[in-house]
Amino acid sequence: MHTTHRTKSWLAMPLLTMLSPAVWAGEGAVADEFKLLTVAVFGAIIALTIAITYWAAKKTNTTAEFYAAGRSISGAQNGWAIAGDYLSAASFLGIAGLISLYGYDGFMYSVGFLVAYITVLLVIAEPCRNIGKYTLGDILAFRNDPKKTKTIAAISTITVSIFYLTAQMVGGGVLIKTLIGIDYEVSVIGVGILMLAYVVFGGMVATTWVQIVKAILLVVASLVLVVLVWAPYGFSLPGFLDSVVHNDGVQKQVAKLLGNSATGMTPEELGQRFLEPGLFLKNPIDQISLGMALVLGTAGLPHILMRFFTVPNAQEARKSVIWAMAIIGGFYVITLFLGLGAATHVGPANIIALDKGGNMAAPILAQYLGGGAHSILGNFFLAFVAAVAFATIVAVVAGLVLASASAMAHDIYVGVIRGNHATQEEQVRAARISSVIVGIAAIVIGIMAKGQNVAHLVGMAFAVAASSNLPAVFLTLYWKRCNTGGVILGMLTGATAAIALVMVSPNMTYPKEVVKAANKVLQGEPAADAKPAVAAKPGEGIVCELFAVCAKAEAAKPATPSSPAKPGALEKLTTLNAQLPTLTDADAIAKVNKEIGKLSKDIAKAQDDLKQYAGKTTSIMGLEKPFFLLKNPGLISIPLGFLMVMLGSLLYRDPRAEAMWEELYVRQNTGIHAA
Amino acid sequence: MTTQHTMNWQAIDADPRFQALHRKKTLFLWGLMIFSVIYYFLLPVGAAYFPEIFKIRVWGPVNIGILFALSEFIVAWFIAVLYSRRANAVFDSMAQEIINDAHNIGA
Repeated sequence: MHTTHRTKSWLAMPLLTMLSPAVWAGEGAVADEFKLLTVAVFGAIIALTIAITYWAAKKTNTTAEFYAAGRSISGAQNGWAIAGDYLSAASFLGIAGLISLYGYDGFMYSVGFLVAYITVLLVIAEPCRNIGKYTLGDILAFRNDPKKTKTIAAISTITVSIFYLTAQMVGGGVLIKTLIGIDYEVSVIGVGILMLAYVVFGGMVATTWVQIVKAILLVVASLVLVVLVWAPYGFSLPGFLDSVVHNDGVQKQVAKLLGNSATGMTPEELGQRFLEPGLFLKNPIDQISLGMALVLGTAGLPHILMRFFTVPNAQEARKSVIWAMAIIGGFYVITLFLGLGAATHVGPANIIALDKGGNMAAPILAQYLGGGAHSILGNFFLAFVAAVAFATIVAVVAGLVLASASAMAHDIYVGVIRGNHATQEEQVRAARISSVIVGIAAIVIGIMAKGQNVAHLVGMAFAVAASSNLPAVFLTLYWKRCNTGGVILGMLTGATAAIALVMVSPNMTYPKEVVKAANKVLQGEPAADAKPAVAAKPGEGIVCELFAVCAKAEAAKPATPSSPAKPGALEKLTTLNAQLPTLTDADAIAKVNKEIGKLSKDIAKAQDDLKQYAGKTTSIMGLEKPFFLLKNPGLISIPLGFLMVMLGSLLYRDPRAEAMWEELYVRQNTGIHAA
Repeated sequence: MTTQHTMNWQAIDADPRFQALHRKKTLFLWGLMIFSVIYYFLLPVGAAYFPEIFKIRVWGPVNIGILFALSEFIVAWFIAVLYSRRANAVFDSMAQEIINDAHNIGA
């Protein structure tokens, strides 16, 4: 078979790229002497996934094999694969990081990601398995006009996947650079080529097994770390949390976060505050909005929906969600210990020094637990976590590319253009070509988006999925009157509203704010007079909490004592430089030098920001400050999506959608004639 | 698959056995769904509007907020197990009965 033969030389490429010493340009968390070890661990994990792809390529010949792994995946296997798809680098590194910096709020943030699967389990997984074939478009086309709904479903699938994918690519590139110092562009290209190899040669079979292996590695690595973190306290929850409360670094972090309101709190109170809500998530309405997007969006993510077509029947689909919930939930509980462990052992200040968002908390904790930055085991642990993070990004991107490619090839090319008349061979070829197109697009977008603010893209993907895909699928499955008109109107308005609101939300970069912050870093703050307490002010109504058109409610502020002027980084640097020649003690010199290094970095960053935004006063949407005040648009766009599907359905006559209702309802509940 | 066109979907839909399955499932699923949504949103709402309750310490440094967040996991797993037990024991066999007889209903 020439396909499998070609696989070999193709697959060797990313491996060589990764191993070439020329790409170790920058410096990462790994010291030079341990880079070979890191390369070996990366190489081993990449080789494992390539072996899987080689094996899978032999089993990928028909359309059902390419898109749905021949429906041969068991419930338990699919559960691991869903967990692999879902525990992206953002969630496993991101949430551990949030917990390490903000304590309780980080943990609270993770709950929604698990609860989301209840929606998937109860209303989506089994019906979709029973009536669908390969894509979101197949589900919607069952009773609605096939060409029209497949077109819009494909557009929505590709939009959601590209948002998610861009965030993964950019996040991944930055992460790999911070961890081991590979250039951003090289790691984006490496991720892209490796992912393309999985998808093009091994289709869904390879993608699934890479997800499974990666999920197992991730869980094993986390379990080892948790045992190391928790064992010294005899696996006692109060004992472990006591160590958090009494940790000096944690207390300092809370004092920093609370600012003036920390005055008068005892160290123990500060430590305890880390275990209480309110250090990170400040706007409850925003949290509810995010919660809605998570709980309803997960069920509308095309790459998650697609996973349910890989199992033989609805019972196995059910089993796979149960497995996924056990793994994902267990993982997030573990993350609590990883995050808090990183806070006590590494310290929030050191975590922030490596990455502002805290993404390095888990990898650095691993290094610490293995014996520190200069031990072999410590660096092996770090390399292992980094390699798993890399595999995670590649695997998640592979799932996203497969979902987009299936929308392009199966929905648009075969369904709309060819009117469902295409041979198996033509279909598989179309799928492979589409994967290459999407894959190359992903690499190009990843490189173009370097240094851009992409944090909002994952939230946007969830919001579009929840406001567009979910209402359309849900009402098609459960509402007799739903039809083509509703699906099209609802998906268009839901998606447009979600995207438009994010574009004018606080997620975007507003130059005035950036310039102000940069100046504060450089120049410091002038002395401030004591201020009396300010009572809470009620807002002018719910609309004012959502849009910048009237006065928002303001929380009460405690009285603050007068504060002396704070020197800026420039002034501090001059002082330290003047101090340096007077010092004789080696330790003191090292400490000052470290401080100088940190200050220089802050100054460079602030000056960069000032240069980049010089003369600019508005965001890319032409706004000086956000018009929409929430970070997540779900609260508005999700109800709007549902409403518009209903309205469109009521205004449009579609005899087919009505005539097919009984068949759809019987089949989704019984699985008769399921593919 | 050759029997695809001989099914009388309207008749199956109207069959009392299918109607019974539909009623049981709808009631059970919506009950669970509404409960889980309410229970989930109690967490962000409680943390934002009732922080004093969340701060009450009950077991060393362990406070109600931490226990409540952990209970979200337990409740989610509980719902998953409850649903799957019910589906395996009741819904599947009810559906199987309809599947076995599908060709004859309304024929």
